[in-house]
This record gives sequence, structure tokens and C-alpha cells, in this order.
Amino acid sequence: MELLYSLCVGVMTFSGVFLCLRGRTFPVVMGLMMLGYAVNLFLFSTGRLSLDGAAILGKSETYADPLPQALVLTAIVIGFAMTAFAVILSMRARADLGNDFVDGKEPPGRPKQSVSRWSSKQ
Amino acid sequence: MMEHLPILPILVSLIGGLLLLLPPFTGIERYVNRRIAALFLCLLQIAVAIALMAKVIDAGPIMYAVGNWQAPFGIILYADSLAALLVLLTGFLGLASTLYSFAGTDREGRYFHPIMQFQLMGITGAFLTHDLFNLFVFFEVLLIASYVLLVHGGGKQRTQANVHYVILNLVGSAIFLIALGTLYGTTGTLNIADMSLKISTLSEGEQVLAKVGGMMLLVVFGLKAAMLPLHFWLPNTYSAATAPVAALFAIMTKVGIYSIFRVFTVIFGEGAGALSNMVLPWVWPLAILTVIVGTIGVLASPNLRNIAANTVLISVGTLLMAFSIRSPEASGAAFYYALHSTLISAVLFMLADMIGQQRGKAFDRFVIAKKVTQPTLLGALFFVAAMVVVGLPPFSGFIGKVVVLQSAATGLDKALVWSTVLISTLLTIIALARAGTTLFWRHAGESANSEDESASVWQVVGVVLLLMASPIMAIFAAPITEYTAMAAAQLHDVRLPVSVLQLQGGQ
Repeated sequence: MELLYSLCVGVMTFSGVFLCLRGRTFPVVMGLMMLGYAVNLFLFSTGRLSLDGAAILGKSETYADPLPQALVLTAIVIGFAMTAFAVILSMRARADLGNDFVDGKEPPGRPKQSVSRWSSKQ
Repeated sequence: MMEHLPILPILVSLIGGLLLLLPPFTGIERYVNRRIAALFLCLLQIAVAIALMAKVIDAGPIMYAVGNWQAPFGIILYADSLAALLVLLTGFLGLASTLYSFAGTDREGRYFHPIMQFQLMGITGAFLTHDLFNLFVFFEVLLIASYVLLVHGGGKQRTQANVHYVILNLVGSAIFLIALGTLYGTTGTLNIADMSLKISTLSEGEQVLAKVGGMMLLVVFGLKAAMLPLHFWLPNTYSAATAPVAALFAIMTKVGIYSIFRVFTVIFGEGAGALSNMVLPWVWPLAILTVIVGTIGVLASPNLRNIAANTVLISVGTLLMAFSIRSPEASGAAFYYALHSTLISAVLFMLADMIGQQRGKAFDRFVIAKKVTQPTLLGALFFVAAMVVVGLPPFSGFIGKVVVLQSAATGLDKALVWSTVLISTLLTIIALARAGTTLFWRHAGESANSEDESASVWQVVGVVLLLMASPIMAIFAAPITEYTAMAAAQLHDVRLPVSVLQLQGGQ
């Protein structure tokens, strides 16, 4: 279970970091979401992984640490709000700057792209 | 009422900010109501901060268990001299920024004042909390408020700067959570005082993990504080923001610095066994490099706002240097310098805006442009501000730099700190002298006398309020340095929070 779990967290972090390094805002926002999921899973595992553990006293033989679960809930809520903000901001940037690059301009030395289907000039 | 004092600074801005969203204060036309309420809230915040400070001076550090859940299980607010001082500074800066925004910035969007209150709440919360996860939550509160404040007023440049700022800080938050997870997994607690007890009892394998967690925390705090390789966002972001927002942001880097001081003195400080002072080999050279890069930035700045942003970098570097010396004297000096540098950075951002308004299209760029409408007023303010920021007597900058220089005790420390700070000061003088000459003396023709351009009374009030603090801090330097020395002693006494929080194993 530990191996599978850590592999999942690792792969998700990897994808998140990779997507964050892309040049356009859409993959970057996806990357941030991915990173957020990976972090939440990681945080959940800090209370050690256990099967059939209850978080409330007197409900079972084995207990799981309830604190990481509370932390994850908080982190999920905050991550959700932040992602919503990042999405709106990217759309605003697309409108204000005329393209969807994180740097606000086409990277130099790149062949001019055909008008994308998101463009307003259709 | 008095036992709830430590949480009041947070509640004032939380409830105040929420009230500002309700009908008597909403709507474009009712901005006067909003202004009166915002001003009242800022004054209330300062009153509460002073009460808290008086209590802390009187009775020593106090703790507040939120929901009466005792440490180490519940969230603990812990107000010692340092936290009380920074809360007061936040309140004061909030008041000046709010006053300055009355000149018209606050009418560019309907939610300026509520978000300003939420921003203040996040900052005061980060200063008061003594729980690492709660620190994360308050970081997010102050960040999301700052995201909104940064785009306030709109425009291409602000959106652009905000995209970078938001993405960087979201990645930073992810790293923060991973660091917290690692530290919780090894020590089994999130309370700072409790963790300082647990950290020395770790096994060798756990120490490695805790070290990784601690280093990741340094990355996160370094990002907030704009420590060298993580500083690239700062000049663009700060010079894109509107003046009162940039002025308030002057304290945001200090939140990062404060966290570095708190976490790496209390948790990874002297008592951490094998992990004690583990960040020093990193922070020490990076601090010096931050000052150097900030100084080069000041020299290379094309406009006054950029100079202001780069002086923020220099002050961050100087504070980190004082951190690296690792003595209570150096920390005390750093706190005095932090007070001074926060206030004066805010003044510079405001002045850049006031001068820019009167120079037409050139704004605050160093090019020949039309003459400013009020050369005497702005010139005098700029002259005083420049003297304060470079640290010429008789202002607080001089005393701030002297106490930092004096705190470097041993030979090599002394040589490095003195040469870096003094050379950086000299170069800043040159850059500011050049800036002032261009802004005030090199102009094309006479200015057309139009009344609407002259600085608003609110702007002058905001700037003078902040600028007055400088001579006052110089006159009352003795009691203030005494206070900061006490704050530093309380910070370095790792056992103190343990006994205040009545933790087990603290004997």
C-alpha cells in the first residue's frame, strides 16, 4: 500500500511540476491543481497509513490520526478557492493581454501561430 | 474582555471587513460611509494593538487558546513583545495606506476597503499565531487579499504582474504544505513551542526528514521575504501595484522575515541538537547577495517605484544578515531596522505616485518631462525621505543602520556586514541623488498650472504621518531599542513559550 501510495503522490507531483513550467496559462493552472492534489494526498499520509482505523475514540480497535484529515480538509478548501481565483485571473489575463502566455507575450523565435480557436478575431 | 486581547486585532479586521460588505457600505455612491468606517476600523486596530502591547510589557508574553483547546492540541495565539510590536506596525501602516487611498484610489473599485481589512487580518494573524498550520492559513488569507489588491485599478501591467505573483505563491503554498506534512510526520505536532521540544529528541533517520521539512520552510519564507534567488517577482509586482497597496505590501516581506526569525530561532535554533542553526550556511551568503543585487537594482532602476522596490530588497538582505549573526543583540537591532525600513519603503512608494501624477505621461520615470506642480512640497518630502532611507542622521535610518552594524561582533562578520551595508548605502545615496535631480530639476519648460493635479490633502497626510515616525523613532531611540532588545531576548529564550503554554516536559 505504501509503495502504491507514494508512487501516486510522486507521479502527480511530477506532472504538476511539469505542467507548471509550461508557457501558457491553461496547462499551468492544471499543473497547480495537480500539485494541489498531490500535496493533499501527501498531507493525508503524514498521519501514517492504516486500514480500518477510526478517527473517533471508542469506535474501533485501531485508530487513525485525525489531525492530518482535518488539515487536508482545510487545504482542500483553500486550494479550491485559490484555483478558482487562478482560473478567473488567467481569463482576465487572456482578455487584457491578448494572448494566453504566462509572460504576456509570444516567446521570441517561435513561428507565428495560426489564430487559435479561442481568439476573439474569428 | 481582557483575556481575549490577543485575538482582538484579528477579530477587528475580520468583523470590520465583513461589515464593510453589508448594505450601509456597499454601492458606488456610498463611498463616504465606507471611508468613515474604514478609518474608524484602522484607529480601532491601533488602539487594540497598543492595549496588547501595554499588556505584554506589563505581564510578559501571553497566550490565547482558541476555543479553549489547550496546547499542544488546539491552535494557540501567542503574543510576545515582537508580535505585539509588529501588529502595531501593521495597524499604523494600514492607517496611513487607508488615508492615502482616500485621494481616489479607493474609488477605482468597490471593494478596496473590505479587502484592505482582510489583508490586515491576514498579516496580524500571521504575526500572532504560534501554530505552523495556522500560519499557513493566515499566509493564504493575506495572499488572497493581496492578489485582489494587486489588480486593483486594473490595467495590462497589473494583470501581467499578478499572473506571475499568483502562480509563484500557489507553488509556494504547495511547498509549504509539503514541509508541514514532513515536520508533522516526524515530530507529531504543529505547535511551534511543542515542536521545539520534540525536535531534539528525534532519531537519526527522522532528523533527515525534519531537516528536509525545515529547508523547505526556508524556501517558502524566502519566497515571501524575497530572499535572493527567489526575489525576481518583487520589483515588478511592487512597482505595478497602486501606491497605497504597494505601501502596505512593504510589510509583506517582513512577514516572511518574521517567520524566518520565529521558526529558525525557536524550532531550529540553539536547542535543536544536531539540527541547530542548520539554515545558517545558506542564509548568510544569500543575505549578502540580496543586498548586493538590491543595490545594483537601485542603480539600474528606470523609475522611482523601482528604486523603492529595490530598497525593499536591500532591507530584506540587511535583516537576513542580522538574523545570521544569531545573537539577541543582532535580533533586537534587526527589529528596530525592520520598523524603520517598513515605514520608509511605504513612504517611497507613495511619493513616487505623488510625483508621477504631476509629471504627465513620463510619470516617475527618470526622463526630462514637465515640471512638477508643487516642487517645494514634493521636493521637501522627497529630500527627507531620501535622507531617511539611506540612513543619514538625524533620522531613524541612521540609528537603524548603526545598531545593525554594532551588533556584528566578530572579525569576519564585522568586515562583511560593515562593507556590504556601507557600500550599499553609498550607492543608494548616488542613485537617489540622481533620481531627485532628474525628477525636480531637469524639466522641459514651465508647468501648466492646473489645480486638479496638485497632491490631495489625504496623500500628504498619509505620507507625513509615515515620515513623522522617522524623527520620532530617532528621538525615542533609547526606549524603542530597549523594547526591541527585550523582544529579541524573549524570542531567543526558547523555554519561555514552553512555560507560557504550560506544555508537558517543559521543566
